[in-house]
Amino acid sequence: MSSFGSSAKRVEDPVLLRGEGKFTDDIHLPGLLTAAMLRSPYAHARIKSIDTSTALELDGVHLILKNADLALEYTTTELPLMVPNPLITKPVTPHMLAKDYVRYVGEPIALIVAEDRYIAEDALERVIVDYEPLPVAGDFREAVKRNAATAHHEIEDNVCAEFVQAFGNVDEVFANAPHIYKNTFFQHRGAAHPLETRAMMATYDELSDHLTFYAASQSPHRVREIYAKLRGIDDNQVRVVVPDIGGGFGAKGQTYPEYFSVAAAARLLRRPVKYMEDRRENFTATHHERDQLWTAEIAFNDDGKLLGFRGTLLHDSGAYVPWGIITPYIAASTVPGPYLLPAYEMKVTCVLTNKVAVTPVRGAGRPQAAFTMERMMDTAALELGRDPASLRRQNYIPADQMPYKMGLIFRDGSPITYDSGDYPACHDKAIELSEYDSFKERQKAARSEGRFIGIGIASYVEGTGLGPFEGANIRVAPSGKVTIHYGASAQGQGHQTVFAQIASDQLGVDLADITVIGGDTQGCPYGIGTFASRAIVNAGNAVHQASEAVRQKIIKAASYMMEAAEEDMDLAEGSVFVKGVPKMSRTLGEVAEFVNGKPGFTLPGGIEPGLQELSYFTPKQAAYANGTHLAEVEVDVETGYAKVLRYWSGHDCGKMINPMTVEGQVLGGVAHGLGNALFEWMRYDENAQPVTVNYGEYLLPLASDMPHVQQVHQEIPTPQNPLGVKGAGEGGTIPAIAAIIGAIENALKPFGVRISEAPITPPRLLELIECARKN
Amino acid sequence: MKPPVFEYHRPESLDEALELLATLSDVKILAGGQSLMPMMNFRYVMPAHIIDINRIKELGEIHRVHDGVKFGAMARHDQAKKSEIILEHCPLIAAGMEHVAHAQIRNRGTIGGSLAHLDPSAEWPALLAVHDATLRVQSKSGERDVPILEWSQGFMTPNLVEDEMLTEITVAIWPEKHVYGFAELARRKGDFALAGAAVLLDFDGEVISRAALALLGVEVGPIRMIDAENLLVGEIPSDELFREAAEHVTVVAGIDDVHASASYRKKVASVMVRRALEQASHQHKSQALAA
Ligand SMILES: Cc1cc2nc3c(=O)[nH]c(=O)nc-3n(C[C@H](O)[C@H](O)[C@H](O)COP(=O)(O)OP(=O)(O)OC[C@H]3O[C@@H](n4cnc5c(N)ncnc54)[C@H](O)[C@@H]3O)c2cc1C
Repeated sequence: MSSFGSSAKRVEDPVLLRGEGKFTDDIHLPGLLTAAMLRSPYAHARIKSIDTSTALELDGVHLILKNADLALEYTTTELPLMVPNPLITKPVTPHMLAKDYVRYVGEPIALIVAEDRYIAEDALERVIVDYEPLPVAGDFREAVKRNAATAHHEIEDNVCAEFVQAFGNVDEVFANAPHIYKNTFFQHRGAAHPLETRAMMATYDELSDHLTFYAASQSPHRVREIYAKLRGIDDNQVRVVVPDIGGGFGAKGQTYPEYFSVAAAARLLRRPVKYMEDRRENFTATHHERDQLWTAEIAFNDDGKLLGFRGTLLHDSGAYVPWGIITPYIAASTVPGPYLLPAYEMKVTCVLTNKVAVTPVRGAGRPQAAFTMERMMDTAALELGRDPASLRRQNYIPADQMPYKMGLIFRDGSPITYDSGDYPACHDKAIELSEYDSFKERQKAARSEGRFIGIGIASYVEGTGLGPFEGANIRVAPSGKVTIHYGASAQGQGHQTVFAQIASDQLGVDLADITVIGGDTQGCPYGIGTFASRAIVNAGNAVHQASEAVRQKIIKAASYMMEAAEEDMDLAEGSVFVKGVPKMSRTLGEVAEFVNGKPGFTLPGGIEPGLQELSYFTPKQAAYANGTHLAEVEVDVETGYAKVLRYWSGHDCGKMINPMTVEGQVLGGVAHGLGNALFEWMRYDENAQPVTVNYGEYLLPLASDMPHVQQVHQEIPTPQNPLGVKGAGEGGTIPAIAAIIGAIENALKPFGVRISEAPITPPRLLELIECARKN
Repeated sequence: MKPPVFEYHRPESLDEALELLATLSDVKILAGGQSLMPMMNFRYVMPAHIIDINRIKELGEIHRVHDGVKFGAMARHDQAKKSEIILEHCPLIAAGMEHVAHAQIRNRGTIGGSLAHLDPSAEWPALLAVHDATLRVQSKSGERDVPILEWSQGFMTPNLVEDEMLTEITVAIWPEKHVYGFAELARRKGDFALAGAAVLLDFDGEVISRAALALLGVEVGPIRMIDAENLLVGEIPSDELFREAAEHVTVVAGIDDVHASASYRKKVASVMVRRALEQASHQHKSQALAA
């Protein structure tokens, strides 16, 4: 039976469920020391002096590092811009430890290394920093103004990038369209909030002049690359190993400043040093996705045909742009979504503020884009007197127009081309699942009991699986067992299971005999990382290619060993055999041993040493996933409390290697979106002081807030890769906010409430209800 | 998020604890630890001494006394939720416990800890307010009884001085046939409420003969709605009556925080009063039907 496509149980779970996972904090190297970070309490200040003398007197304190100390260790202490773009006019990146200035609350200033974290925190309180507070760029809507305080003292204004994404003749469309609707949307997305905070440990071996990082990183090769570059050493002097990770959601993909001070401390002390971020630090110093302000105009003809869309996007970049302008860029190019859109224009302004940097969190600007488009669709439906679902369906790109050139040009200069999918069919599946057609009756019945329920719908298209590449290194040992190293790392998605499933079919080996190891730079020499729904496409296809190659090597060697034709060979149950002649068989272990050779004997012609293959998969463009979600909510109109009662997802991520893990991804994604719609809010005051720094203040959705999520899948394979797979890690989140907020608005239709923001809290919703009641 | 060094004491008896309180300074009592430990980890409080009172047996009990129920300060939320005595004599308290935090926290958290911590949104103070509770405070040099409505001395400030501890809480119980209601709005299940109301009613036939009504989440301490109570007594329940009672919600200062404004809390409190009254009245009707 084929393993590909089956809901095989996750091989990583037993260990995790028994509490036997090995996370970075579970690794205790001999001589281990612990680090704590001294962080800025100011959003913007000049550091006049740092006095560490009394802190160093404390028993058990080993070392305190400041920027000047790192300047001796690295060629520069300023971190590189990871994703440059000529549109960025202020390419500001942070220093490993603050150099003279701090620009957000939480910015690292000094690293303290001590026997344990208790002592390190005692020492933190003894460091005396003399600050000169500077004017603060707080709310991004203020910071963009001409005379606003600047986030960096040396800049004239806070705008760090401006660009336009457009196609078609927008001006003409809007000059002539019979129906034009406008709105403004404030959207906030909080942060990533993995259960495991950031974690890293560095250990330096003097003999070999070699540094090993254990790091909860979504992107271990980036860490190696940047570290080697800034130290001016060869990348073979660094190894990054990724232990188990307790969630990343984008935030752990960044090459944070803390890596470098921790590594320097390990080298200077010749002892392993571990830094575990605590939860309070996670709120202020791990990157957010935070705030955006959109304006939007949408144009329709009398028949409900979409004619054009234009708007502006103001994006809060935070104090630095280490990951460039990826988030607003993706957001602006996601708005057109699944619709036939003749003309589009989005003017984007990115503004620096004195808050931690904004980099992608699950969805990376797409949820906000979908929210903007889908809310406008709802507005249009309301104004045109159309059913929101039917208005959408009328405007989808039909399946026969695939591949569809959407109109925008991608970052690499190529036209954005939706490669596959049948949006109307996927929509229909979701509609059917949700019993949408009978909802109006249910709504009426509920209203007669004084209950206000509503339904919301949202669709999206998501570019997944971007390159440049990911690799897989597969080896069959003389034991007959298979080891797969791949470049990216796993944060709970189930890579060990699904990558084993891919190899299992090719090699005829049981899942139990395949070990999958991600995120070890020594196991796979090059890699990019797990983010942007790219691992399954890139690493998955690399595993496929490499196992195909190993399969050929096995057949070739076995054909020599058994003196049988290659075409007659097949693989199953850990053996290679001649079809129809079960006696003529060799175990993979025997073949592996044979190709490992004997000293002094030449390998027979054409047979390569070792049952091993390293292969990289390089996609030509993104593979586009899509979906339609529906949410049903109930609103308590006396308190503004909204609860999601039911939820449905129609989803197409191409071929599903493991439907169960896909459903898990969608479910988690919906939870994330639900949090963004109703709960998560990283609040700052006007001086950019954070005010939500624990989980009593910043609310994540709980299990009790989650409705049952029913899912239906459409499997239209992408032609972009041999497996026909598209990414599934973010699709659950992208439309969820729009669907939930749309459902709330629908529930409150009798009052005429319109919602143009996310998240929406009970006090705010009550305010909207009261306002609408007055009018 | 690690506390600085402190000294840990674990007395086996109340006398021993009071002795420690009398001799040590800069002390914090450790009850369930559900609020104290996070505050210490955040270094919001940095006591030199911790007196862990978990080993003091007599503080952990719930007893029936002549016209009331007596809680040891160390009675756990979960214990109160499941106690036969509570379910029989003051079922409102068991119902209120459903809304306190989550199972793990209810297993550790205590009535005394909740009262000493005095979060404005905690359920205990309001539940005790409708039951006219008396709080016993002891020190080595003596003891005093504090009525629940005099317990709060300001934001998260109980009526306690440094060498004192809260040892027991006694509530007056209501006639067997009394009914109750409890309603609150929390952002998520188990969160501290944005606002809530606890209600006890007693009836003489169809007429409300006695009413007690308290709010949580809107003021720094528990408050009784005396005007509303007076309005209810002598009346027959009706939508109109309950609506009018709900309009009597009077809040002086109000709590304003990251989750909600004082004015929102007040509005919600009023809604919760009405809903709690409806619950109680519904209970009464079911009783009448069953009889
Ligand atoms: C996630 C979470 C959610 C929560 N949700 C709710 C909720 O919805 N509703 C609610 O009411 N509570 C809630 N709580 C608080 C919980 O009920 C705590 O148990 C309670 O507030 C404190 O009780 P404790 O026994 O743990 O006290 P501790 O944390 O041990 O002590 C709290 C304070 O009281 C002092 N103290 C304790 N006992 C005495 C005593 N006998 N005499 C004098 N001082 C004393 C301590 O010194 C300390 O200052 C929540 C807590 C958490 C962590």
